[in-house]
Amino acid sequence: MVQKLDTLQESPSQTAGPYVHIGCMPTHAGNAGAYEIELGTSPIEDGARGEVITIRGQVFDGTGWALRDAMIESWQPDAAGKFPGQDGADPRVSGFARFAAHGESGEYELRTVKPGRVPARGGGFQAPHISLWIVARGINTGLQTRIYFEDEENGDDPLLKRIEQRPRVETLMAKKTADGEYRFDIVLQGDKETVFLDL
Amino acid sequence: MNEDLGPLVPRNRDIHPPAYAVDYKTSVPRSPNQALLSMESTPSEETGPRFGHNILGKLDNNLILNWTRGESPAVGERILVHGRVLDEFGRPVPQTLVEIWQANAGGRYRHVKDTYFAPIDPNFGGCGRTITDDNGYYEFLTIRPGAYPWPNRANDWRPMHIHFSIFGHSFGQRLISQMYFQGDPLIDLCPIANTIRDRSHLDRLVAPLDMAKSRPLDFLAYKFDIVLRGRRQTMFENKPEGM
Ligand SMILES: [Fe+3]
Repeated sequence: MVQKLDTLQESPSQTAGPYVHIGCMPTHAGNAGAYEIELGTSPIEDGARGEVITIRGQVFDGTGWALRDAMIESWQPDAAGKFPGQDGADPRVSGFARFAAHGESGEYELRTVKPGRVPARGGGFQAPHISLWIVARGINTGLQTRIYFEDEENGDDPLLKRIEQRPRVETLMAKKTADGEYRFDIVLQGDKETVFLDL
Repeated sequence: MNEDLGPLVPRNRDIHPPAYAVDYKTSVPRSPNQALLSMESTPSEETGPRFGHNILGKLDNNLILNWTRGESPAVGERILVHGRVLDEFGRPVPQTLVEIWQANAGGRYRHVKDTYFAPIDPNFGGCGRTITDDNGYYEFLTIRPGAYPWPNRANDWRPMHIHFSIFGHSFGQRLISQMYFQGDPLIDLCPIANTIRDRSHLDRLVAPLDMAKSRPLDFLAYKFDIVLRGRRQTMFENKPEGM
């Protein structure tokens, strides 16, 4: 016998199910007005510093079908790499957004500012990225991933460097499609499966 | 923001359901095949959105009344759902947003895609939210949701449940889960509840009846505590540069 640990264990996850929008994005569920203030409708306000960009994409399952019911949350720093609440952070950047795959096309859209570099643990910097968290029916534990940008300097990023199979790095790169516009598709399974994270 | 804290405690993936659970059919094409990329958390996971009381409406945590703005109560058994949000070290998680959504007393969701026979309750919206107090406490007044059938295997039913979404203070603590009710025989049969491999961990999602918190001639109470990931801090923690 040994002494008992007095730490607790995290509550287990359960799928967000098909009706996650009722609780998190009532307007998207057809319940506009459920809350006076709906959360995460935009990560920026007008006048936010930096380059305003729009990222579009779809979330594909292992058969190549785009999910129509996924909900995505994003979290990022401002253009200077400061998170809300940190000294000098841009007050017009809340950093948090919630968006949903379109009910007919599966397309999502995120309009934000391009994030700056943030420190890495143990020194150095991480390449600019936006953290994502994806939930849907059939996803038992929310999936974490990151959007990096193909037109940024990504060579020294500690997370990207850990990806052993180098072609998979591409799955985390938003592709520039026009000035201020990017495409970032997420593949849940199979060929070109997105790198999902555990950190 | 607690910038002097260390990294998040790595997730113990054994307590969570695996991505691929054959009896929950939708998970089959939606489960990654490749291993997750594991790494120590960074500021991107250790920071997170914070919400103040200014976002809350007066009735946001009262699902019996919030849909009709207090005009007319929802149909069903009145219940109080209450508990604490804690971290893995047993510390309360104060001032954090808790959101819930649920079916009505007949097992029907107010959602464009739900077409179950049970009628919509005109007085019930089915969502609520609140912010924990300084000790991590939260409470909701609601009605007990009905069980409902769903297209999976030929005759699958969801046990009575309330969906929970919790933020914590770090984006890496983000969690969505479900609360079940003590004594519901459908829990044992549910392929979603049973995506959790170890029964003792599923049991932690089953809220007991709490007579001490119930109010005579008014409502029964159920207690549901939630544990989020903690952040490591020891006397030997190396302070990362540049933070
Ligand atoms: Fe449900």
